[in-house]
This record gives sequence, structure tokens and C-alpha cells, in this order.
Amino acid sequence: MAEPFLSIQHVRKSFGATTVVEDFNLDVEPGEFVSFLGPSGCGKTTVLRMVAGFEEPSAGKIVVAGKDITRLKPNQRNVGMVFQAYALFPNLTVAQNIGFGLRVAGMPRADIDARVAEMLDMIKLPQMADHYPYQLSGGQQQRIALARAIAPKPKLLLLDEPLSALDAKVRVSLREEIRSIQKKLGITTIFVTHDQEEALSISDRIAVMYGGKAEQVGTPFEIYNRPATKFVANFVGTLNVLEGKVTDAASGTVQVNTQEVSLKGKLNGSKSGDMLSLALRPEAISLGRQPGRDSSLSGEISEVHFLGSVIRVRVGIGGNTVSLDTFNSPATPPPAVGEKAEISFSSSDMLVLH
Amino acid sequence: MKAGKFWAWIVFILGAAYFFIPLIATIEFSLRMRRGVYSFDAYKVVLGDSQFQTTFMYSVIVAVFTILLGVLIVVPTAYWIRLRLPQLRPVVEFITLLPLVIPAIVIVFGYIRMYGSNSPLPFLSNNTATNALLVIGYAALALPYMYRAVDTGLRTIDVRTLTEAAQILGAGWGTIVTRVILPNVLIAVLSGAFLTFAIVIGEFTMASLLNRPAFGPYLQNLVANRAYEPAALSIIAFVITWGCMSLIQVLSRFAPKSANRPN
Repeated sequence: MAEPFLSIQHVRKSFGATTVVEDFNLDVEPGEFVSFLGPSGCGKTTVLRMVAGFEEPSAGKIVVAGKDITRLKPNQRNVGMVFQAYALFPNLTVAQNIGFGLRVAGMPRADIDARVAEMLDMIKLPQMADHYPYQLSGGQQQRIALARAIAPKPKLLLLDEPLSALDAKVRVSLREEIRSIQKKLGITTIFVTHDQEEALSISDRIAVMYGGKAEQVGTPFEIYNRPATKFVANFVGTLNVLEGKVTDAASGTVQVNTQEVSLKGKLNGSKSGDMLSLALRPEAISLGRQPGRDSSLSGEISEVHFLGSVIRVRVGIGGNTVSLDTFNSPATPPPAVGEKAEISFSSSDMLVLH
Repeated sequence: MKAGKFWAWIVFILGAAYFFIPLIATIEFSLRMRRGVYSFDAYKVVLGDSQFQTTFMYSVIVAVFTILLGVLIVVPTAYWIRLRLPQLRPVVEFITLLPLVIPAIVIVFGYIRMYGSNSPLPFLSNNTATNALLVIGYAALALPYMYRAVDTGLRTIDVRTLTEAAQILGAGWGTIVTRVILPNVLIAVLSGAFLTFAIVIGEFTMASLLNRPAFGPYLQNLVANRAYEPAALSIIAFVITWGCMSLIQVLSRFAPKSANRPN
């Protein structure tokens, strides 16, 4: 295996008696785009700030391109960072903001001007060079902040929730722009977010964090389809969780309410009588029996929400409620609350959470 | 509502009269030096007096040095307190307020005892050192105004994020303070500077007890011995003060607007 470009090794961070990051490990390949995804307070920003040098790890090591940078000051790390609050210097024009790092590095004036022009072209704002930050929209400010971070050609780019302060439409277009610039430059990037859609859509890999630890590190496909823990399964995407009891471990039979489901080869050492949490994504469930789906459960429709192109249906199965979406069809009226209903799914889509 | 407006106008007129009548009376009196006609004779005498010019210039120079010393002490202190030691803010605020509750005469007697010719730091042994001591004393007197002005300026910007943004771009502390923090609180620093200027120009106690040829003791001497000139001098001082205030207003138009709080 190739040498990782960024290696975070057994990093821990405590503030007094509170430990916010515990034994965090991650290797990032050159040019990779890795997202730290997790709820507020999970330690994702603290890890990012330790990579930037704003926080010193209580234990562990951070290595970039084979060099231990754990004790280096932020201004010695050659790392670029984009902040949630833009952090453009209000007293400087757009061009001066982008050229700030280059000026600090002592680059000749002509070279600074050329690089600034190149950056402005890259973010498609060449006409904004002489504007001040307060004259720009949030999306424009964040693009300038990105250009400013990239201008000094950093080894590593850190993005600390850069899209959270923007409205939904700008967020989507800017995240695509960030990804395309990152791919073009091949710059190794760490992206912190609490928005799963953002993380799933632009990352090469995602580290899902909870309680100061990486619960799972994997590609978006792996994280979504094969969550390693109950937390990951619940946090990423919408999930229906059913409580079941193993009735026959040898044949993989699990009882949900009073109905039985076969989960051959998925019980991973569970014994008969064990209680299990079983999870199903809404898109893996159909209303009524469908060809190719080997399992089914019966229940009663408890809620129906007409959302236009989609109808969201909730089906009560004993003490469990399953949510699923069906496409609207003008020829078929939506199901009614109180109707008996059968849901079908493939047992291979059922996740057993530990 | 109408009655409320009527009383509001009455209060406003009374307030304005309280402010303007003595001012108009002083102006009128300052113009009566020549018997029977209004003239600017008192102003001519004051402005033509070589002592006025030397003492005023002396105080201006002392004020400039006091402002420089104040900025050098207050800007990094207020910045560091906001950035790294916010828990110390009440303590520092208390210390900066001390000059308001300790009279200047107490401070200056303390200086005389501490820095006499027998002290290891003999500030009173020669003129240059005594001038330096006066600047230090004035910087202490102006501390409540300077600190408050700068601290208020720092409150309008996101000090921590701007510092971190500059740091990650390779800037050291010197660059951060001079190129990022100071330009963004410049108007606040200027407000503090003008207040310092106003205090230094009229200060009497310290300058007099340290035996410095400053404008304050000259003013006092003039008031004690002349009739029309002190009135003219008061108006001149008033114009200087209002000039300073207007300058703050003009300069605040050029203040960098905060990107984080555009409105």
C-alpha cells in the first residue's frame, strides 16, 4: 500500500477533564477528498483544528507527506483552510485577500498579480478583484475564501463546514464547484460537515464520527449500504428500525412482532432468544407483494402523506412503524389510513445492527 | 402625543440653552477687548503670544507620544485578552478604570516619590526623562478611554477567526496585528487617540507638578491674570475639540465594513 499523504495517528484531545477526541486514526491518500461527518459535538471540527495547528493534540501524531507536523505552528504547516464564517479580511479587496498568503510569503508583486488573476478565473469571479467583502454575497465570499486558501498552493486543504451559512441552492452549486476544483488541482482535502447529503455527494471517503471517535470510515456507498454500527445506520440516511427476536439462530429466523423473517447468514453469531435491531432503508421496501422480494410483513397503514410526486406511507407492524415512499400514479388513488397492508423486501437488504 | 411632543421640545430647548448660552456669552465677551466695538484683539493677543505657541506645541508633541504609547500598550493587550484570555477581561477593565478613581495628584506624587533622583529609575533627574514620565503618566490617565474605544472596535470583528485565517496563510503575530487587526479597528483607535489628545491638551495637575512647560499650566496662568484672553482661549480650545470630533466622524466613513455583519 502506498504511503498515506496525511496520517492521523492515535490522536486524542482533552479540554480539562473532558475528552472530545479519543484515539482517532485516519490515513488519507494523496488527492483524496475525505469528509468528517457527524452531529454537533462529535469532535470533527476539533480533529480538523488539530490538523490545522489551532489545537494541540493531548496525545498522538499528525504526519503530512512523511513529516511530523504535530507541534508545528499553523503558519508553518503550509495548509489552506476555509472557514464557516468566510473570514475574509474586511479591510482588504478581493484581490488583496487572495494575495494575502502570497504577500506574507514574500512573493514578487508581478507573480502575486498573476496568481490572483488565475485564482479569480478559476472561481469565475474575475470582475470582482477590486470589490470589498461586504459588497459580495455569501456564496461569492466563500468562493473568494476558497481561492485565498488555494492561492499559496498548500499541501492540504481543510474545509470547516464551508457551506453551512449559505442558502440551499447556493450550497449545492458551490459544493459541486469545490469538488470540481479539488479534482482539477488534485489537492488532498478534508471536509467537515454535519450534512450527510453533502458528504455523500462529494466525498471519496467519509469518516462518520460520534463521541470523539471514527465510528466508520468508508466510501459513501459503503457507509450508506453497509453501516458498521447502529449510530452510522441511523445518522446516514433515513432508516426504519424494527426490533426482533432470534427464534432459530441456525436457520436465521427472526420474529418481528408475531411474524417471522428469514435472515440467513446475517446473524453473525447471535443466539436464539437474542434481541436484535433490524434496519431497512425506505427505498428497499415496497407496498404489497413484489416479484423478487423474498420477505414480507403485514401491518396496518397508520399515516399517508401526499407530497406530490411521492406518497409517504407509514405502516404499523405491532409496536414498530415502517416508513416507505411510493411514486404517485394518477390512475391509482393513495392508500387510506386504517387499511391492512403488506410490505415486501429482500432479506439481503435487511441490516442487522449491533 | 401632542402634549408629549411639546414637552420634548421644551426639554430640548432648555438643554440647548444650557449648552449654548454660556458659549455665546463667552464668545461675546472674548470679542469685547477693544472698548465699544467687537474685535478679534483677544484672539490676536493669544495666538501671537510666543508662550501660547511653545506651550501648545509642547502639549501637541506630548499628546502624539502619549497616543503612540497608548496604542502600543492597549491594542496588543485588548487583542490578546479577546483572543486568548477572555476570563481576564473584568480584571483588565477594572485596572483600566483606576485612573478615573485615583486623582491625578495622587498619581503624580507617587511618581515624584518613586522616580526621584535617588531612585534606580531617576525619571526626574533630567528634562528628557521627565518628559518621558509625563507621557507615561498621560498614557495612564487616558487608559480608560483608549482601552474602551479599542475594545469596542474589536467587538465588531470576529477576532479569533480573522486571526486564524491569517495564521493559516502563514502570517506571524506582527503581521496579524499590523495588517489584519489594527486596520479593522483603526477608527476605534482614532477615537481613543482624539480623546487622549483632548485630555493631554488641557491637563494641568501632572504638567504643573512635574514642572513641564505644557498648555494646561499656561492656560491656568492666563486665567488668573487676564480678562478677555482666557475667554478667547476657551473658544480656541472648544474649536480644537470640535474639530477633533468632526474628524472622527469624517474618518469613520472610511472604516472597513465588516464582511460578517454587512448591515
